[in-house]
Amino acid sequence: MAVPEDLSYTRSHEWVRREGDVAMVGITHYAQEQLGEVVYVELPEVGQQVEQGSELGTLESVKAVSEFYAPVTGEVVGINEDLADEPDLVNQDPYGGGWLVKIRVDGVDESALMDAAAYEAFIAAESH
Amino acid sequence: MRRRALRDEPLIFERNPGRGPRGGYLLPESGIAPVAPEEALPADQLREALPEMPALGELEVVQHFHRLSQMNFAVDEGLYPLGSCTMKYNPRICEVTSRLPGFVDLHPLQPEWQVQGALRLMWEMERALAQITGMPAVTLQPAAGAHGELTGMLMIRAALEARGDAREVVLVPDSAHGTNPASATFAGYRSVEIASGPDGTVDLAELDRLMDERVAAIMLTVPNTLGVFEHRIVEIAELVHSRGGFIYMDGANLNAFAGRALPGAMGADALHINLHKTFSTPHGGGGPGAGPVAVSEALVPHLPVPRVVREGDGFRMLWEDGRSIGPMRGFYANFLILVRALTFIRGMGDEGLREMSEVAVLYANLVRQRLAGAYHLEYDAPTMHEVVFDDSLQQEHGVSNVDIAKRLLDLGFHPPTMSFPLIVHGALMIEPTESPAPEEVEAFCEAMLRIAREAETDPEVLKAAPRETPVGRVDEVQAARNLVLRWRAEEAWPAGVPTRS
Amino acid sequence: MHPWIGAGPEDRDRILAELGLSSADELFATIPDAVKVDSLGLGGARDEAALLREFGDLAAANTPVSSVPSFLGAGTYHHVQPAVVDAVLQRAEFYTSYTPYQPEISQGTLQAIFEFQTMVCQLTGLEVANASLYDGATSLVEAALMAHRVLRGKRNRVVVAETVHPMYRRVLHTYAGALGIEVVEVAPGDDGRTSPEALAAAAGDEACAVIVQSPSFVGTLEDLGAVAEAAHGVGALAVQVVAEAVSLGLLRGGGDHGFDIVCGEAQSFGLAPGFGGPHLGFFACRSAHVRQMPGRVVGQTVDSEGRRAFCLTLSTREQHIRRAKATSNICTNHGLMALAATVWLELLGGEGLRRVAAASLAAARSFASRVAELPGWRLAWPETAAFNELLVVGPRPGAELAGELARDGVLAGVPSRLWGGSWPDGLLVAFTERTTGAQVDALLDAMGRIR
Repeated sequence: MAVPEDLSYTRSHEWVRREGDVAMVGITHYAQEQLGEVVYVELPEVGQQVEQGSELGTLESVKAVSEFYAPVTGEVVGINEDLADEPDLVNQDPYGGGWLVKIRVDGVDESALMDAAAYEAFIAAESH
Repeated sequence: MRRRALRDEPLIFERNPGRGPRGGYLLPESGIAPVAPEEALPADQLREALPEMPALGELEVVQHFHRLSQMNFAVDEGLYPLGSCTMKYNPRICEVTSRLPGFVDLHPLQPEWQVQGALRLMWEMERALAQITGMPAVTLQPAAGAHGELTGMLMIRAALEARGDAREVVLVPDSAHGTNPASATFAGYRSVEIASGPDGTVDLAELDRLMDERVAAIMLTVPNTLGVFEHRIVEIAELVHSRGGFIYMDGANLNAFAGRALPGAMGADALHINLHKTFSTPHGGGGPGAGPVAVSEALVPHLPVPRVVREGDGFRMLWEDGRSIGPMRGFYANFLILVRALTFIRGMGDEGLREMSEVAVLYANLVRQRLAGAYHLEYDAPTMHEVVFDDSLQQEHGVSNVDIAKRLLDLGFHPPTMSFPLIVHGALMIEPTESPAPEEVEAFCEAMLRIAREAETDPEVLKAAPRETPVGRVDEVQAARNLVLRWRAEEAWPAGVPTRS
Repeated sequence: MHPWIGAGPEDRDRILAELGLSSADELFATIPDAVKVDSLGLGGARDEAALLREFGDLAAANTPVSSVPSFLGAGTYHHVQPAVVDAVLQRAEFYTSYTPYQPEISQGTLQAIFEFQTMVCQLTGLEVANASLYDGATSLVEAALMAHRVLRGKRNRVVVAETVHPMYRRVLHTYAGALGIEVVEVAPGDDGRTSPEALAAAAGDEACAVIVQSPSFVGTLEDLGAVAEAAHGVGALAVQVVAEAVSLGLLRGGGDHGFDIVCGEAQSFGLAPGFGGPHLGFFACRSAHVRQMPGRVVGQTVDSEGRRAFCLTLSTREQHIRRAKATSNICTNHGLMALAATVWLELLGGEGLRRVAAASLAAARSFASRVAELPGWRLAWPETAAFNELLVVGPRPGAELAGELARDGVLAGVPSRLWGGSWPDGLLVAFTERTTGAQVDALLDAMGRIR
């Protein structure tokens, strides 16, 4: 499933899964495809405060670097440590084992997020 | 078709392991009594032996590098049309003059009366580059183009600070080489990208909008990385100067007009010259190069020290100069590279340089003419010394510029540049230079046309390329995911698992 | 018709016709007439004999350093130069190729660099090394800037011992100024060494790097273990710079003492003095910091058939990808010089390097024991351990002594205060395995003639 129904999405191609006050964040299937094989992921430190829209970390392929951004405001409470040894999880399983960061949500501007249908329309427009 | 050693060459550390030392090199007999290191040096600093380093005879070492050399492609082997890198022929005479003992065997801190010839050579090199650029003064210090960029940007910074005019932004066209924004950063500036117009040159209206009192300089490559001359360069310079900014000119592509046009007349304030491109000093598998910077009058007071000055009939090194940005490196310059470049310039003379740029541009246009239609040309503007196609026609068959490049290796040519300009997706930047015979350029075009046909009829042969090289397609993803950056005895390549060939 | 240009007049006419052009001038139609020029005034083309005359005359106006007894060092040393080194450099497969971006046809260059990186690691005691930088001075700058990045730009001070080569320090000032990084220098103590406590005090809690050179510019060996501890005690990276790479044949590299970065100048490994360049910067660090390391790096991997192969890696740090956010702006580096050092080290081997270092040390000790008996002359720090370079104080300032001794036929040393300094004003006298007993005699005789 390229765009799961139950998630929210950003224009910078992050997905968000909200459970209680914690948001799990990753990049979308479309984004990992654009980036190519991920060889390194730079994640924020646990405890760091992040603003919605601010840079959270970077994803590297052999020939490109791309930043990813916080889709919500809050505190980083978890990072996916498996990615240090297996960065390709971002390619293999972007919505599962390839998640990036967990943030305890202090606030969110919902207008900056899209549902699955809106995101599908967004990437359809972007790829043309 | 690629030649190589019949046997693979292991890492030097894997040759004859554990067989005990063999004589490497006879050291001179000094007639001085030996000293036990443990008596002269502190115990906590003294190292034990270096058992992991090699211990081989001379022929073993010679064979090692001979076999390694056979796994390299080089200018002397065939066309090396790597755009923006100007991989021209390296005349052998330059290797002879630069090996004269009177140059090689000079300590940089010998008394000036013992090195007058070297100082004069540097002074004459400055003069030659001043004539070629039409600019009043030159620093020879920078070791490479990017080093020259930083040197130039620091001089611009100093000139602005001297007039109490702190600025924070440098404009860089989106077609620029990555060193431009990186150098701007290291000079303490924020780079702002300026979009190219439809013909690939700077959009004057956009420049007019961005060029305000915060902008220290614009960094322009002339001709730009698309091989297109900024035909409004004079207007651009007037606009930037009228608002207090400077023109940094990236001279990486000087081969397109050396001997025919003067950057000084175009309004350049600082211009680096890659001697390893235009003036044919060898690229050396990644340096050493040299990146002297020519400057306008406004920047002369800020030139790096030390620099050569003439006094009467002699020359001396000026070490201090109040408004200088200071030194950019140890000692004076990549001196032995200067010897090669000045040999080349003298060997060419005025007419030779004009012929050089003429044939360089002629060949790029020939390539353009022959490949048009088979490859897509995103920016259809007049071509100077290089032409940038892309892989969009081949992408329709699932073939990328990397596949095209790897197939070229099988056909005996070095591929074009692909990593930039970033504004051309899937770029194939081709720069034949003036050196090859026309038949070599034509054969390259034939190979490119063959590949374009193969992309339609037999894309798998491109995907599987290269097959004729010492190794097959190299897995750069694994190299980045699983970093192995040095040899270790305990992690040595397993015996029995094939290496190359 | 010039021999270095591939096309003759008929070829050109033929191509012009194919392009539908009537003259070559049309190729340059986009260049405004106002900036065009007909002649540069460089004169005509010179043939090979004329070039050999012109450059031969310039070379003949210099005194080759080997032709006189020379004890010049200060960052450029006169070690053995085996014929094999230049023979390898003259292979066109190496010197007329470009940066190995196409690994399938660059395995020779790539493997040589991989071997270079390995030996730099072995000698420095660190885990990773890059493919080379320009020289010792710029390697020091890159180390300081890397420490700044590792500490995420939150610490804006670099503490550097005054006994770091003055030229390297000046280059650091050039670079640091534009980036708003403060450089604080710490003078040596009475023993010619830098006090670790003084370094820590200068660092406070604002330094990203504490930098020492050992052997130092004035020849002394710093207390590396204590310096590393002091640097780490204030939360800074410990950086060792080495200007005389042969010292690593006998002295453990900073990595063994806990240093985070060891960098410097490797001209000693087989490169000609060449009036100051091209030389060779080297750079090694801990693997934890590898993503902040500047410069190109070669890694081991496999090809499509699973065979071992090498390629450039970690490219995303570099300017061609990360542009304004790159770890360094360096692009072209000193690959061929790294090849020269690799050949030199592999020919001499670990044992040969050790013997070169030991012979250099022995020559220095032989001089040290005799200069003390020379009236009017003394070693600046007779009790402090040194390697192959000694600061000697004579009856007059160093610059005068150097000039007078040079006129007497001996290049006795570099004036210790050529670029200033808080140390005694004398001569830095350097020794190598090429130094002979007769040369040491000549030096002492000439010094004895100074009044």
